[in-house]
Amino acid sequence: MDTKSFDMENLDIAWCPGCGNYGILSAIKRALAELNIEPTQLAMVSGIGQAAKAPHYYRCNLFNGLHGRSLPAATAIKAVNPSLTVIAESGDGCTYGEGGNHFIHTIRRNPDITNIVHNNMVYGLTKGQASPTSPHELRTPVQIDGVFSEPFNPLAVAISLDASFVARAFAGDIDQTKEIIIKAIQHKGYALVDVFQPCVTYNKINTFRWFKEKTYYLDESYDPHDRVEAFKKAIDTESYALGVLYINPKPTFEEKLTVYSHSNEPLFKRERDLNMLSNIIESKRGI
Amino acid sequence: MDKGINLIDDVSIVLCGEAGQGIQTVEHLMIQTLKLSGYNVFSSQEYMSRIRGGNNSTSIRISSKKVSAPVNRIDILIPFGKGALTHVRKRLSPDTLIIGEEKSFKDENQGHRSINVPISEIAVKVGGAIYSNTIASALMLRLFDVDIELFSNYLRKRFAGKDESIIQKNIDAAEQGYALSDELLKGNDIRVNVQRSSQITNEIIMDGVEALALGAIAGGCDFISFYPMSPSTGIATTLAQYSKQFGIIVEQAEDEISAMNMVIGAWYAGARALASTSGGGFALMVEALSLAGMIESPVVIHLAQRPAPATGLPTRTEQGDLFFALFSGHGEFPRAIFTPGDIEEIFYLTQNAFNLADKYQIPVFILTDQYILESHHNISSLDPYRIKPERYITKTDKDYKRYKLTENGISPRGIPGYGDGLVIVDSDEHDEEGHITEDMDVRTNMVNKRLKKLDLINQEVLSPELIGNPDYKTLIIAYGSNYNVVKEALANIGSDDVAFLHYKQVYPLHSSTADYLKKAKKTIIVENNATSQFAKLIKMQTGKSIDKSILKYNGMPFFVEELEAKLKENIM
Repeated sequence: MDTKSFDMENLDIAWCPGCGNYGILSAIKRALAELNIEPTQLAMVSGIGQAAKAPHYYRCNLFNGLHGRSLPAATAIKAVNPSLTVIAESGDGCTYGEGGNHFIHTIRRNPDITNIVHNNMVYGLTKGQASPTSPHELRTPVQIDGVFSEPFNPLAVAISLDASFVARAFAGDIDQTKEIIIKAIQHKGYALVDVFQPCVTYNKINTFRWFKEKTYYLDESYDPHDRVEAFKKAIDTESYALGVLYINPKPTFEEKLTVYSHSNEPLFKRERDLNMLSNIIESKRGI
Repeated sequence: MDKGINLIDDVSIVLCGEAGQGIQTVEHLMIQTLKLSGYNVFSSQEYMSRIRGGNNSTSIRISSKKVSAPVNRIDILIPFGKGALTHVRKRLSPDTLIIGEEKSFKDENQGHRSINVPISEIAVKVGGAIYSNTIASALMLRLFDVDIELFSNYLRKRFAGKDESIIQKNIDAAEQGYALSDELLKGNDIRVNVQRSSQITNEIIMDGVEALALGAIAGGCDFISFYPMSPSTGIATTLAQYSKQFGIIVEQAEDEISAMNMVIGAWYAGARALASTSGGGFALMVEALSLAGMIESPVVIHLAQRPAPATGLPTRTEQGDLFFALFSGHGEFPRAIFTPGDIEEIFYLTQNAFNLADKYQIPVFILTDQYILESHHNISSLDPYRIKPERYITKTDKDYKRYKLTENGISPRGIPGYGDGLVIVDSDEHDEEGHITEDMDVRTNMVNKRLKKLDLINQEVLSPELIGNPDYKTLIIAYGSNYNVVKEALANIGSDDVAFLHYKQVYPLHSSTADYLKKAKKTIIVENNATSQFAKLIKMQTGKSIDKSILKYNGMPFFVEELEAKLKENIM
């Protein structure tokens, strides 16, 4: 498939020039095209923030819901119609801050969805406050002496919860990001892709150059099925590993739903058996 | 004892004891077998927010006429342990008869007639203390001349699957209970005279929880996400019991925020989803309720009221969340609120709620409370075919626009993966395609489009039901669970100048309301809250004030006698 299938006309993109979001946008479109996913069979789910606007810029079904709430909606959409490819795409504040509880429990639930998190370590849309992943050194108009709270480590949290698939990418490398996203979509189960992304306007610490210098790709000798190794990589904040850190194949949420034990039909195609209900009610008359 | 005891036409039996003592088991054994024997039965519960201990009570009415409201009066009290008598002391009258083990009430009894029955002693002889419940049930059932064969058969069904010896011991316990009851009858001259009807034997007895869950199934509900909270939890539990048969996804979410977002996501993908919660949980759902308003998602919300603010009285009842349901959610968007008054209304309104929500793409509330959810009464039928299943999902074409501006404000609702179009919904203000916009003209058009749907919704509002003389002088107004208590209190008063207007839908308010009020010389409203919220809603919608509010907000529903007295004081 050509990425043109996902192109939209007359786009008025709300991002700053040079924003890391553009790289992620390209990588996602290319990944979708390469996987031949028809826009009509794709349900994107996003929250609120500059990252959450991304699915407005390519052709797809879109549920652009509330701040922090993309994962519950995505879980339900996939559960109700498992034939759809469901991807939740939002930023670090949305996914790890406002939606932190949903992040934890979606990992536990393991729906077959992909979760792409634009992680620029700062709040963009509200103009530069700290995000859950901001480094201590980041000074903002609110965090005037820097950020006191420990930066949230999404990969370590996901691996500690024995997530099904955990990866990290860098928006500055579209080719590799695309490859990682393809693996995440192909993976059966919840797949986290945390994407490092510079914010050219509000984050002067985690710049393009900083990411370039601080990251490296895992090589072929790395075994992503080793949870302890994966955890070691996840907590290394001296140099950040890029690629698939952890894979843990396990049954998905939808596979365990009894509604699909006899039929794969999505729920909307089914008819309620009122006769059976009537019989149940009638059976309550006697002993 | 110098005189016999006559229990005529309406008998109130109260079981009282600690949580975990099996009061609910006795309730179920009694009401089912009494119904099967042709008696009208009604039962309601009040209990504390704990798993063991405390004092809980179940009130059972057995009556010649069909009733479904609680009375304060206790004809027979069965205390299951110490503290029970004290717990219900305010409800005792000189005529109350206490039947039970002397040790459980002797110290607290201030001169009430009592009959000592060594229930646990006999239970131990039968096989263990656990059989006390069957013995206690049998004592009462014998008084009402329930056939022992019928009771034994019911026990067989109830304990089906258990070891045959357990079933046999229960039947032994029943026989012992019957023998004991005969002794009591002889010695104390207790005469019961309540009419039976063969028609009732074939009726259905159920509580509000089951009626709501079955109504949801009838309405096509195939998804529920919830977080446990009294008194709403039973809905999810019941749907889970039926989930395999009917294909229903039941998911316990991490919180009510997630639950409501799942419910809306489920509708988006083509399900018919239910949110079921109580006040505190609904508070967490409110953000997503507003999302439903903006993206025009259908959603059915069952709000099971209990006394608040905050945690309030977790296991008690109130009608305090009418305004909360009405005004919940930031911004302006249409909604509908149903307030069922009995088991049948719960079933049919819940079924109807799914069609209405789907048709107009709006939130529809079913407002219940602890009292109505946990009360049982017998009904003649529930017909899932009475309301036709309606489906409103559109197959999309290539040019599909989710928010296409139409004459009546309703844009055909597509779902992802069904047709050639894309379905785009956005919590931001959006254009016809569903994409973010800040165009002020589009904004105005979209607000108008969403609110325009109210015109159509208004045409479908369910009429209030007028009971009594249409040429009334005094008009009583109530809604929801006060339906039957008001009806019975008024029937007892028997005045020709009074009528009762019951609302099973409080919002939008039916257009006939102002005319009904105009005809009355005096209007009285009955509500289980402290601020008379429905009277205020009526004032807001019609400009007319209600003359008198009769309110109760101690956590208990109105008793018939209590309401009757208050109405008498106020009726012209």
